[in-house]
Amino acid sequence: MDFGRISRRHVLQGGAALTLGAAAGVRPAFAADTTIGFIYVGSRDDYGYNQAHAQGAAALKKIAGLKVVEEEKVPETDAVEKTIESMINLDGASLLFPTSFGYYNPHMIKMANKYPKLRFEHCGGLWSDKDPKNAGSYFGYIDEAQYISGIVAGYTSKSGKLGFVAAKPIPQVLRNINAFALGARLANPKATTQVIFTGDWSMPVKEAEATNSLIDQGVDVLTCHVDGPKTMVENAARRGAFVCGYHVNQSPLAPKAYLTGAEWNWEALYPKFVKMIAAGESIPNFYRGGLKEEIVKTSPYGEAVSAEARKHADEVKAKFLSADGYAIFKGGLVDNKGKTVIPAGTDRGQKDPELEKMDYLVEGVIGATS
Amino acid sequence: MTSEAADSAETAGTIPPAADPGFLQRHGGTIEYVLIPGAALAGALVVFGIFVTMFGKNPLDLYFYMYYGAFGTWFSWQNTLTRAAPLILTALCTALPAQLGMVIIGGEGALLIGALSATSAALLLQGMPPLVVQSAMVIAGVIGGGLWIMLSGALRQFRGVNETISSLLLVYIALAILNHLVEGAMRDPASLNKPSTREIGAVNMIGSIPGTDVHWGLVFGLIAAIAAYILIYHTVFGFAARVAGGNIRAAKIVGLGVSKLILTICFLAGGAAGLAGMVEVAAVQGRTNANLAAGYGFTGILVAFLARQNPLAIIPVAILLGGISASGGLLQRRLGLPDASVLVLQGIIFVFVLASDALYGRIGFLKGKS
Repeated sequence: MDFGRISRRHVLQGGAALTLGAAAGVRPAFAADTTIGFIYVGSRDDYGYNQAHAQGAAALKKIAGLKVVEEEKVPETDAVEKTIESMINLDGASLLFPTSFGYYNPHMIKMANKYPKLRFEHCGGLWSDKDPKNAGSYFGYIDEAQYISGIVAGYTSKSGKLGFVAAKPIPQVLRNINAFALGARLANPKATTQVIFTGDWSMPVKEAEATNSLIDQGVDVLTCHVDGPKTMVENAARRGAFVCGYHVNQSPLAPKAYLTGAEWNWEALYPKFVKMIAAGESIPNFYRGGLKEEIVKTSPYGEAVSAEARKHADEVKAKFLSADGYAIFKGGLVDNKGKTVIPAGTDRGQKDPELEKMDYLVEGVIGATS
Repeated sequence: MTSEAADSAETAGTIPPAADPGFLQRHGGTIEYVLIPGAALAGALVVFGIFVTMFGKNPLDLYFYMYYGAFGTWFSWQNTLTRAAPLILTALCTALPAQLGMVIIGGEGALLIGALSATSAALLLQGMPPLVVQSAMVIAGVIGGGLWIMLSGALRQFRGVNETISSLLLVYIALAILNHLVEGAMRDPASLNKPSTREIGAVNMIGSIPGTDVHWGLVFGLIAAIAAYILIYHTVFGFAARVAGGNIRAAKIVGLGVSKLILTICFLAGGAAGLAGMVEVAAVQGRTNANLAAGYGFTGILVAFLARQNPLAIIPVAILLGGISASGGLLQRRLGLPDASVLVLQGIIFVFVLASDALYGRIGFLKGKS
């Protein structure tokens, strides 16, 4: 895809269109030189969550007429409000991407109310009608990519024991664990996924301990959901286990051990947002999508992935990309305590709001949510 | 070179205008307190300038952006003061016990417990008039934080446990308690992906100082610092505390109640940090969650040491460090420096100020004839 063709004139035209359509007061008026601000909670080269966003920002830097300013390691306190205001007042930013979950409420909401003419796009929040119209939240159904990882992991594991290093037992994380475990069971119906929660988003020491402890128990393929997968990937590879990545492609860290991974595709989404604004369209305040919408993607297969695994994973991926889509969480789903969590006959598709409240681990996962 | 030119300019700015020797000698002590830290600061800035020059950046740009981001505009001033507000209070948590010769570094824990207590008070008193709720929050925050540090003081006085270690370890206990309650008993069921307590309610927020964006925490901090100064230097109680700090056995021999002194001072110290926690809840976050552990307690230790444990000196030092962190964002955005460069500067300042301690009373032209 080439987003490099948006010229300054296009942006101007978009700005003119926006001015005409600004009666509702929900769209920002874009000037010729638009400045876009990105705010990260951690380091932008963390091989994880923040790097994924920084790659998206880098894609915007290539577009003529856009100026991108970035600030890393901004805590989820009033510091982020001041960073947003500093980008607005000192850099002239008119579109802001505060990318960490904890920035949303109250901080970004407060700033969106204070600067009603500017546009705020937040990653991960749940925008509702009560929130300002110039604010939006976007996120991806990355469990689809985790499901593909699960299939590949299920084929690759010799012991049938998979490991998952997770941060906190919150719905987003549980959904990834469950999708990975269900994918693995597609490949190997006896596969188990053992999960260890470290308790926080960035706990390198605990992540390393969890990785080692899982491998000691016979786990031979691991994945994770923490802010920086680097610790898990490097430690697992050193111990001779295989890994599936998360957030970004970590294959440079462990070229031989890397199977595939669930990646964000912000370098496709952010230029799309800018294009929408330039074309005078408004970005939906609540924006979601998965593999088909190109918000998430899977890493290229590593050399250790068998032909059989590739074939099966590609088949399922094609179903996700098809017009009908594909439901990971199908009716008759039982959790690991034996309780039926989705009654037979009701498939829960990607957009089902019930999935946003997930509080269980499915059958095949070893671990507890509390 | 340029950095040296800047050095001489900076140093020149801090030297008071030449006066008759009598004046210098009469006020030598006071002048030292301004001259030595000023020179240490200028020296640190020069070294930092050399550091960034090695990365190919122009140090003059650096100094300009630091000034511009911290103090250059009214917005920058507000940014600086907002960041300074919690630091004044958390610095008192280290500076007050220092009068007794104790090194307390657990302000972060008192801040968290203070925030938790204040939130609990607000949630219990929902529906009461805002002023009642806010007063209850202040009292609960001070008592919560105060008892937390008093625990360290008591362990030291009655059990011989080193207060530095115990106060540090109590930070992790406080964080664990906070996480436990926020993810369990006190969790708002609607906070799915970011476990938090219920909100204290918009009417109970303490808001900003009229005409500014700076919250009332700054005023609380100023009052607390001035009160602490008066307590330590202008009351019998403060004199007793300093005597005990100078020589604890001598204090006991002259009949001072050392236990009472230690417990009271520790309570006041923890109360200051607890008040900072209350302000973070009532002015910034509106509820308690893991975002509160933003490190204000740890930066407060740095502020207290740079201020040489003087409660009044804490005010300008907190503003200085607030300014450094406010301008840090601009350094990232305009000069492309990583966030860690701000830590490097803080470290350099810390080393210079500690090293400059040796100069007090040794500057020839300031010595009085004895």
